[in-house]
Amino acid sequence: MDNSVVLTMRNINKNFPGVTALADVDFTLRFGEIHALMGENGAGKSTLIKVLTGVEEFETGEIRMQGIEHPIVNKSPQMAQEIGISTVYQEVNLCPNLSVAENLYVGREPKKAGIIDWKTMNKKSRKILEKLNINIDVTRSLDHYSIAIQQMIAIARAVDMSARVLILDEPTSSLDEHEVEKLFDLMRQLKKNGVGIIFVTHYLEQVYEVCDRITVLRNGALVGEYEVEMLPRVQLVAKMMGKDFDDLAAIKKEDSSVQKDKKGVIIEAKDLGHTGTIKPFDLLLHRGKVVGLTGLLGSGRSELARVIYGADKADHGELHVKGNKLLVGAPIDAMKAGMGYLPENRKEEGIIADLSVRENIILALQAKRGMFKLLGKKEQEDFAEKYIDLLQIKTSGTSIPVKQLSGGNQQKVILARWLLTEPEFLILDEPTRGIDIGTKTEIQKLVLKLAGRGMSVMFISSEIEEMIRTCSRMIVLRDGKKIGELEENELSQSGIMKAIAGGTENE
Amino acid sequence: MNKLIKLTKYRLFLPITCLLLVLLINVIKTPTFFNITINNGVLYGYIIDVINRGSELVVFAVGMTIVVAASAGTDISVGAVSALAGAVCCYVLSGGEQSTDFYHAPYIVGVLAAILTGMVCGAWNGFLVAKLKIQPMVATLILFTAGRGMAQLITDGQMIYLRVEHFKMLGASIPGVPLPTPVFVAIIVVIITMLLLKKTALGLYIESVGVNAKAARLLGLNSTMIQFLTYTFCGIMSGIAGLIITSRVYSIDANNAGLNLELDAILAVALGGNSLGGGKFSLIGSVIGAYTIQALTTTLYAMSISADQIPVYKAIVVVIIVTLQSPEFARMRKNITAKFSNKQNMKEAA
Ligand SMILES: Nc1ncnc2c1ncn2[C@@H]1O[C@H](COP(=O)(O)OP(=O)(O)OP(=O)(O)O)[C@@H](O)[C@H]1O
Ligand SMILES: [Mg+2]
Repeated sequence: MDNSVVLTMRNINKNFPGVTALADVDFTLRFGEIHALMGENGAGKSTLIKVLTGVEEFETGEIRMQGIEHPIVNKSPQMAQEIGISTVYQEVNLCPNLSVAENLYVGREPKKAGIIDWKTMNKKSRKILEKLNINIDVTRSLDHYSIAIQQMIAIARAVDMSARVLILDEPTSSLDEHEVEKLFDLMRQLKKNGVGIIFVTHYLEQVYEVCDRITVLRNGALVGEYEVEMLPRVQLVAKMMGKDFDDLAAIKKEDSSVQKDKKGVIIEAKDLGHTGTIKPFDLLLHRGKVVGLTGLLGSGRSELARVIYGADKADHGELHVKGNKLLVGAPIDAMKAGMGYLPENRKEEGIIADLSVRENIILALQAKRGMFKLLGKKEQEDFAEKYIDLLQIKTSGTSIPVKQLSGGNQQKVILARWLLTEPEFLILDEPTRGIDIGTKTEIQKLVLKLAGRGMSVMFISSEIEEMIRTCSRMIVLRDGKKIGELEENELSQSGIMKAIAGGTENE
Repeated sequence: MNKLIKLTKYRLFLPITCLLLVLLINVIKTPTFFNITINNGVLYGYIIDVINRGSELVVFAVGMTIVVAASAGTDISVGAVSALAGAVCCYVLSGGEQSTDFYHAPYIVGVLAAILTGMVCGAWNGFLVAKLKIQPMVATLILFTAGRGMAQLITDGQMIYLRVEHFKMLGASIPGVPLPTPVFVAIIVVIITMLLLKKTALGLYIESVGVNAKAARLLGLNSTMIQFLTYTFCGIMSGIAGLIITSRVYSIDANNAGLNLELDAILAVALGGNSLGGGKFSLIGSVIGAYTIQALTTTLYAMSISADQIPVYKAIVVVIIVTLQSPEFARMRKNITAKFSNKQNMKEAA
């Protein structure tokens, strides 16, 4: 083995019932490089990582690591950890009811005379997180914090274990630019120390910002390994999709004829708020418009959406839907009034993991219809097929458990669920999280098309680019408070950045 | 559709195998096991006995299955609640007398009283679990301990005897009908529950709430209400089981009626291939599980093992069956078959 190489995978094969997840895949990682693993949803990226780290078994192939004589077969992530492979998986798998510090040190708690030394543990935890610029109470339980913070904690945990190989499977999917920068600084530093980093992402800019090499997978097969400089963006996209595609092509915002007068108003919030998450705010949302929510991490973007939908019950103010006052006791009330809500946290609040793809798609519609109006088998099947087709969901059938789909495809299933209910007002919290670039553009187009037909959409995304492409107005939040609005002509990258950082306060 | 049938078949494969295994042991140990005789137009035999005696357990298991599916917890109060329901029924019908040979109130009133008692108990459990979010085991522990005490209060610490022929029919048989009545009760309960689960969206709702209550709430399901309903339903089942139990001995013995049956009911659910972690479930699996346990009990009796030793043997068999169904074992099995098929593939390729 070449001395510069830390890890090789050769002719790796892995099948799931009805799916070839990996077919003769090769992968090489060198010391001190950041290596992007790219491919569409369901291409096999996570599976490659899982067979490497022992979450899944592979059927044939060989994995070797520098300094180890024989081929390695990890039976569990712990085993991988022991030989120096540290991993942050796509779905954050921390314990929500343990404290932040416990999550960071579970399995390797600092001890004093045989018992856990809490003081040291908390102190050390604070220190690691400080490195990532996260200042939170490490003794509080993890579920107090947003998915972005949780993601950072998972990263901090992996980074803290002195590893030769660090694997990050879509670590930035819910991070803001600010946190992403922090993460990149850290990655560059590790790289300098010789750590080989595998980085999975669907954000092309990030690849060009930090990576040295790119390995592309398509449909479980290796397309090739490239130096970043040698593979311009257009070509990379073509390699991933197997066809030419311009992901940056301007998409048309259909200018709906609906005017911003009282008649077009669908949602009106008056002094609406929820103690502890979002301070009372006023808001008008119109038919046919896509309105974005923007702000830094923890600014209350998701929280504002949640209180409208009743995911968090409002304890202040009033909500009017189409001019009528609506009391939202539970999400079903909001749904009946024509709302839909795609939550940000797919694993905890989105998918019903054990149920089938079909059931996951029809559930919201079924809930809206009520218990006694069961959708027929045929109807369910047709709905599922229709949306699998529309959103290009990669699945080997409608009756397989949704947990067996790749991350991006699970996200599409949840999106399908809400589109099927045909809401008049749809809240999309990070709807393209983990979705590949081809489909991402399709979804953005779809959102605009739906708005063109009169739907009102509330769009939340940590990707400002995406917001500019889709939104016609933006609401700016800071510290759990709505601080202003940006009209169409003010929507530019720099304008938004300035507003969320506190440049303008146009209240 | 075809695929679906295959899937259910696969899921029930192990429970059915277990049942067959127990039956096989029966036939070897007791060659007369499947013999059925007719006496006075009524069928007799070991196998009839299993189906008959297993009826209460089936009814309990139906309620337990749904509770487990929706709340990932068990209702350990079902045995005690059935005793309480039986006590209420006997008290109503006997007019508070210790022994009577005629009804003091219409039979139907007694039946309804028992079912209502079960329902109220179930609703109480449901309130604690679904609304107050108390751990199911802890929440139902209250009635587990207090239920029999309350039954004692009602019966004044005595047995109540109802020496009325009509009262015995539910637990024995109706003249002219060759099969014991409890069998029919069990069948009706299973059918109605199946209809309720499959012809409405209730089954889907219960599974959704059991798998991910948070997500279920956000997509419009009332998780609290659904969990509450499953406990209430389970209470009703305990009430019905209590009626059969009291009718069998035409009396109520608050100390012993339905004793330890909560454990058998939980076991039946597990033997049916259902995860005690909630979520997806198979009602038929639990029914098969219930009959498996009853067949086992009957075998042990047939082998004249004394009643106090039976739990030991039961435990051994249960350990074996549960191991067979464990995920770790399933993985091993899968690996072995995978290796086998790989070898075959290689041979074919060569
Ligand atoms: N446990 C499983 N059972 C069956 N099929 C699976 C399982 N896990 C993954 N698959 C299938 O393997 C294929 C590859 O999935 P994988 O998760 O590796 O994709 P990915 O490249 O990580 O996609 P994404 O960008 O969406 O995360 C998909 O078709 C998926 O449905
Ligand atoms: Mg993935």
